[in-house]
Amino acid sequence: MLKTRVIPTLLMKDMGLVKGVGFDGWRRVGTTLPAIKVYNRRQVDEMIVLDIAATKDDRGPDVEEVKLFSTDCFVPLTVGGGITNLDHIKGLLRAGADKVALNSICYENPDLVQQAAEVFGSQCIVASIDARKTSEGEYECYSHCGSKAQGINPAKWAKILEEKGAGEILITSVEKDGLLEGYDLDLIAQVVEAVKIPVIASGGAKDYEDFRLAIQESGAQAVAAASLFHFTEQTPLEAKNYLSKNGVKVRQI
Amino acid sequence: MSVDIIDYGMGNLGSISSALDHIGVASKIVSSPESLKTATHIILPGVGSFSKAMQNLSEGGWCDAIRNAVEHNNASLLGICLGMHLLSSTGTEHGETTGLGLIEGNVVHFKTNAQVVEEGVLVPHVGWNEVAIQKKDDPIFQDIKEATDFYFVHSYYFDAVNEDHVLARTPHGFPFPSVIRNGKVWGAQFHPEKSGPAGFSLLKNFVGV
Repeated sequence: MLKTRVIPTLLMKDMGLVKGVGFDGWRRVGTTLPAIKVYNRRQVDEMIVLDIAATKDDRGPDVEEVKLFSTDCFVPLTVGGGITNLDHIKGLLRAGADKVALNSICYENPDLVQQAAEVFGSQCIVASIDARKTSEGEYECYSHCGSKAQGINPAKWAKILEEKGAGEILITSVEKDGLLEGYDLDLIAQVVEAVKIPVIASGGAKDYEDFRLAIQESGAQAVAAASLFHFTEQTPLEAKNYLSKNGVKVRQI
Repeated sequence: MSVDIIDYGMGNLGSISSALDHIGVASKIVSSPESLKTATHIILPGVGSFSKAMQNLSEGGWCDAIRNAVEHNNASLLGICLGMHLLSSTGTEHGETTGLGLIEGNVVHFKTNAQVVEEGVLVPHVGWNEVAIQKKDDPIFQDIKEATDFYFVHSYYFDAVNEDHVLARTPHGFPFPSVIRNGKVWGAQFHPEKSGPAGFSLLKNFVGV
């Protein structure tokens, strides 16, 4: 049977600021590429690389960079950030991405999901949804890296994007993200409940037990984390050992 | 030996050529059907829909070139994912489309299978799943352990007409054909170029046949 995936997420963000120089293409790779190499060597189940500054900076994805990443990546690679049209998707898939993640553009042009699914197949179109809890305790979708409220409930939005042809949903809690305090399990459960395609839980995982909860309590098919792997001693391999002991089927390497 | 990866505008060509580089196999990405005349091993990749892929193959003049290479030049062919689907007689993704006809079968959506619907498994079939080898002696499986996980990402599967053509199956609602073969033509539903060491073994085995 299908194994539950443990996915490290790599976020590329505001690199121009970090380095303080205009010509930043190669240096950026200098930070992301080694991480990709390490995860590749450790045979992670999959990697998600998101350029979270692209949409805000009003630019498309950096295809050349993805080409470099894929040279050293022999596990599945999902790439997102700044995608607004079919040419971007074509370029990324050609460069070595296995799947693409669409987020902000979906609100402006939901039909892009449908067109992309028709041309490239649903299986490589990941709909990425960022959500926050409102003061009334409801959830609301946000675009543009969590900055722009979209006035729609993430479970409803996930259902719409599934109908348009998305093959997977990546659901991220904006306010939990990076806190290492645990996933928003309700949010994940609501999205899982709404769709019949795989859901990847994201945003806030603090430990392996969080992964188990997202999978066994909320019903996610995959768990993604960034800070947990970057800033703590925890590893995807240990996570899978923990999950396996707790009855979750994972890929053994 | 000459390993050609077909570029017909629909593939993750970079990933496949990087994987071959990694295992020390020289390959070239070819964008003209003429090139196949000298190929000993041909890889047909593919990400996308069946109908669009067949349209690209026929507009590019690839169909006869591929058949000639296999039938007259004794070249070996490996179709990966959508590339495997294209080996079939017909595909049903976005309308019925005639395939290359190298391995008899139809490519159908998982949800057309009653067991898949009954079991309620999710479609697309995305992630790592085991490959149950039925024809253990096939050279493509050398050094690959039974029930090794490979990476899958697809919504359609190859419904083979002839059980002899099915080398391995993978459970997703029901055991669907995950590796097929007819003579010198192999098809793999998973992505060996994205399946780590086991995938490298399979690619190595293919260029070794």
